[in-house]
Amino acid sequence: MAPSERARDLLGVSRLTNSALSSWLHGLPGVDQVGCEERAASLATRSIKTTSKAWAIDTAISMIDLTTLEGADTPGRVRGLATKALVPDPSDPSTPRPAAICVYGDMVAVAKETLGSADIKVAAVATAFPSGRASLPVKLADTKDAVAAGADEIDMVIDRGAFLAGDYLTVFRQIADVKAVCGDARLKVILETGELVTYDNVRRASWLSMLAGGDFIKTSTGKVSPAATLPVTLVMLEAVRDWRDTTGDMVGVKPAGGIRTSKDAIRFLVTVNEVAGEEWLDNHWFRFGASSLLNDLLLQRQRLRTGAYSGADYIADDSPSLY
Amino acid sequence: MSARVDVRKTYKLYIGGKFPRSESGRSYEVYAAPTGAAARRGSSSRPPTFLANAAQGSRKDARDAVVAARKAQPGWAAATAYNRGQVLYRVAEVMESRRAQLVQDVRNSEGVGAAQAEATVSAAIDRWVWYAGWSDKFTQVLGGLNPVAGPFFDISAPEATGVVAVLAPQASSLLGLVSVVAPVIVSGNTAVVLTSEERPLPAITLAECLATSDVPGGVVNIITGRTAEVTPWLASHRDVNAIDLTGAAGADGVDWGGLELAAADNLKRVRRPGGTGTEAVEPDFTATPDLSRLTAFLETKTVWHPKGR
Amino acid sequence: MSPFEYAPAPESRAVVDIASSYGLFIGGEFVEATGGTPFKTVNPATEEVLAEVSEATDDDVDTAVRAARTAYTRVWSRMSGADRGKYLFRIARILQERAREFAVLETLDNGKPIKEARDVDLPLAAAHFFYHAGWADKLDHASLGPDPRPLGVVGQVIPWNFPLLMLSWKIAPALACGNTVVLKPAETTPLTALLFADVCRQADLPPGVVNIVTGAGATGQAIVDHPGIDKLAFTGSTAVGKMIARSIAGTRKKATLELGGKAANIIFDDAPIDQAVEGIVNGIFFNQGHVCCAGSRILVQENIAEELDHRLKRRLATLRVGDPMDKNTDVGAINSRKQLERIEEMVAVGEAEGAERWDSGCDLPTNGFWFRPTVFSGVSQTHRIAQEEIFGPVVSVLTFRTPAEAVAKANNTPYGLSAGIWTEKGSRILWMADQLRAGVVWANTFNKFDPSSPFGGYKESGYGREGGRHGLEAYVTTGGRG
Repeated sequence: MAPSERARDLLGVSRLTNSALSSWLHGLPGVDQVGCEERAASLATRSIKTTSKAWAIDTAISMIDLTTLEGADTPGRVRGLATKALVPDPSDPSTPRPAAICVYGDMVAVAKETLGSADIKVAAVATAFPSGRASLPVKLADTKDAVAAGADEIDMVIDRGAFLAGDYLTVFRQIADVKAVCGDARLKVILETGELVTYDNVRRASWLSMLAGGDFIKTSTGKVSPAATLPVTLVMLEAVRDWRDTTGDMVGVKPAGGIRTSKDAIRFLVTVNEVAGEEWLDNHWFRFGASSLLNDLLLQRQRLRTGAYSGADYIADDSPSLY
Repeated sequence: MSARVDVRKTYKLYIGGKFPRSESGRSYEVYAAPTGAAARRGSSSRPPTFLANAAQGSRKDARDAVVAARKAQPGWAAATAYNRGQVLYRVAEVMESRRAQLVQDVRNSEGVGAAQAEATVSAAIDRWVWYAGWSDKFTQVLGGLNPVAGPFFDISAPEATGVVAVLAPQASSLLGLVSVVAPVIVSGNTAVVLTSEERPLPAITLAECLATSDVPGGVVNIITGRTAEVTPWLASHRDVNAIDLTGAAGADGVDWGGLELAAADNLKRVRRPGGTGTEAVEPDFTATPDLSRLTAFLETKTVWHPKGR
Repeated sequence: MSPFEYAPAPESRAVVDIASSYGLFIGGEFVEATGGTPFKTVNPATEEVLAEVSEATDDDVDTAVRAARTAYTRVWSRMSGADRGKYLFRIARILQERAREFAVLETLDNGKPIKEARDVDLPLAAAHFFYHAGWADKLDHASLGPDPRPLGVVGQVIPWNFPLLMLSWKIAPALACGNTVVLKPAETTPLTALLFADVCRQADLPPGVVNIVTGAGATGQAIVDHPGIDKLAFTGSTAVGKMIARSIAGTRKKATLELGGKAANIIFDDAPIDQAVEGIVNGIFFNQGHVCCAGSRILVQENIAEELDHRLKRRLATLRVGDPMDKNTDVGAINSRKQLERIEEMVAVGEAEGAERWDSGCDLPTNGFWFRPTVFSGVSQTHRIAQEEIFGPVVSVLTFRTPAEAVAKANNTPYGLSAGIWTEKGSRILWMADQLRAGVVWANTFNKFDPSSPFGGYKESGYGREGGRHGLEAYVTTGGRG
């Protein structure tokens, strides 16, 4: 079912208008900030030990979209990142690989070439990332370019200006149109929650993105602070959980930006487990958009394996970024 | 020319804004207090002067009064504080206009001279005005924002306890009465008042002042009668939220401890009589009051709400 | 099995040193009881005996009251408020420094999850001392009336649900106002109060200012009846509260009573639903539901009853019930066999009355006292489970149609301790808060406590307030006249 057809069906309207979308989105239950943050804080107090910790570290590694999104990215830098994805820890071949590497569209080919037939996806940011301030044809061309270069996944940004102006229909159409040119690539929709500010907005943007056909909802570009906080991710996990209750369909969640330590990553996994449920504890449905996180997870992994605390000198990396 | 035969008044109860006789049909004789030298001697060779037959309220009258008080309470408490203040101030105006009768009642009841009775009535009216002014002030004085350690708006404010049974002082029949009734009702409570047993007439005149001012029926209910007979029913009544035992002092056959014991059955708030130990002493009502008679019949409600975007 | 089954994360009990037996803390030292039958306090999660505790006799209580009187007349009532405050500041700091030890001991003796002892009981207990320390030299400015003076010796009897926290609620304001104390902890949870004696020692608190006597109802009665007691502060059941009120009738002893409740937690159809579900969970499953202000009656607007039921049960399935010492445990052990039997009895009553029972079906340990988080739906006001305090992890769900009906049902109880309101509509919150006859109203939150926030009930939930400026009123006398 095409997104707009399903949207009309869900909203119970014959024509999808901005006012129909507004009523629907504003009819979602509110989010109380204090209660939401309390819940997130309480999930963060879970104490994960021994075998559970080992499992969580490996799972977290397997969920990483290893990311470089700099103006200074070069083919060499991207090749290094892809190589790191292939062999995260040369000292331990049993180390799992991250789910994907995430680059700008013009670097997709370089990444694909380095990764070869390995089961590591290439994700490309598109649609005038990170601001999204471009016309729809430009955004579509950006997307098509990345897909043509072999991107397995497209990370688009929503038009936050349109969203905050109440023009939900434009946001919906852009997502649906981008989805239409993605082909087989899975579409991650970046809400840029740091610009949406309120949890009510995050909830509405999540539902709008799912309604428009997004395969994933993603917190942030990594260029705006705050990025992926635990409570924002909690609200988005509630959204995908409730979306499945409503439609039967699963949508993935990707917190991106600001998650740097194993401890943080494990808190997110606990939240996934207890809020959305264990079906989401899989890199098909949950990702971390991160770069330095991988190295901290590797440090902890070495600590569990050797029993001794490890250091940056024992983490092989082109551009070691640990702290 | 023969003296005119005067028209004497029938003294009734005041319940729910009406003046019924006691359902029991009973009344009792009220005599003037001895005056001057007789009062100083503590005895009198002359027989006491008959003043009136007062209705002798029964447990069923008390029950009816509680029903009337309960019915009136939510509306009275929901009235704006400004409105309650104005209504009570109006009572003082009416008292002032009936000053002559109040003075006569006090003279008759308390056996005091004209000058002292005048002073007592003035003090009673002034006391009423003092309490009336508290209606829109006690909430601010006693309540406020609580600086809790968290992102919460947290506020505490006092509100009325509900239905309060009041044993009015036995000796101070007007000033004492006003001093115990006004602080109960100003905050939104309603009252069932048992008057001084031997000195009920000022209370009946006060009832007439209440009835002819703007006080809604049932806010103050006044029962005359035998204190020892009626109070146990009020003390044990489960729809009474609080009881003021001030008038246990000097009341014939009244054991305030026993009343407090009965009041424990539904955890009534109890204002004990003055005095120390088991002895009950009527306070000096001419002294400037503090807020304790107000706060005794208030409940503090604390409301929390998160502060978020 | 979930791919992410958390391995046990037990807190170490090595931080506490429990003696095999305890005397009474009177006049600054531990003394032998003069008779009485010693009793055992057990870990309700394992039924392991933790220690043997003395039963204070009438004579022991008399000795304690005399010690408190001596300390009152010779030292504490003469000391400047500033100096009293400094002792309370010391106590607050020591509680912070020894927080882990106290938390572990509380969990062992009470059965509450270490997470709650650590994150709620201990920080709040220290905060109560810190808050009241600051009042000690400012009572003249507290609008308590002219010339506030201490009452004398205060008898305090506290319950087993928040042993150290209730001790703090009682002792901190009493001492700040210049009174001395004879306190009796509950018979099933005496250990943190006995460890508090060591805090008094470390703080160099003058002997006799705080006296701790252990025992059950008879010891409590001896405190209540002792003629040397000027004021009583009690937290516990309404039945016992009434007994105390009767005991002191006709005397000049003052009392504050913080008693039972049957709070309504009211959920409107426009509630922030995810937070409301958390509020329900926190409202009734916090501390195993052993909370006098627990939201034990959910009143849900009928048009979202089904949705709420689904969301609530899904959430309850994630609650982790078990070893209280495991940092990941959400719901710990029921405090005693007696309390467990009471809960089981009330749940049987609920079933017999025809309410629909659901529980999370989680595994329970074999030893110790346990009860699964339980929800009754289809409950009416006339059901006993909607009227009587169960004091366990059992919640009744009732429905309403209009705000007025919600208020009527919420107030339809002899209790009046607390209530909850969940709606995004501000004006409705304020209207509801006005209408509810309860001492604490939580709107879009639940079970929040703070030393600066007065707590206490309406109607049969007791009288007097604890916390805040209001809480001081119970511990002073003023020039009260006319």
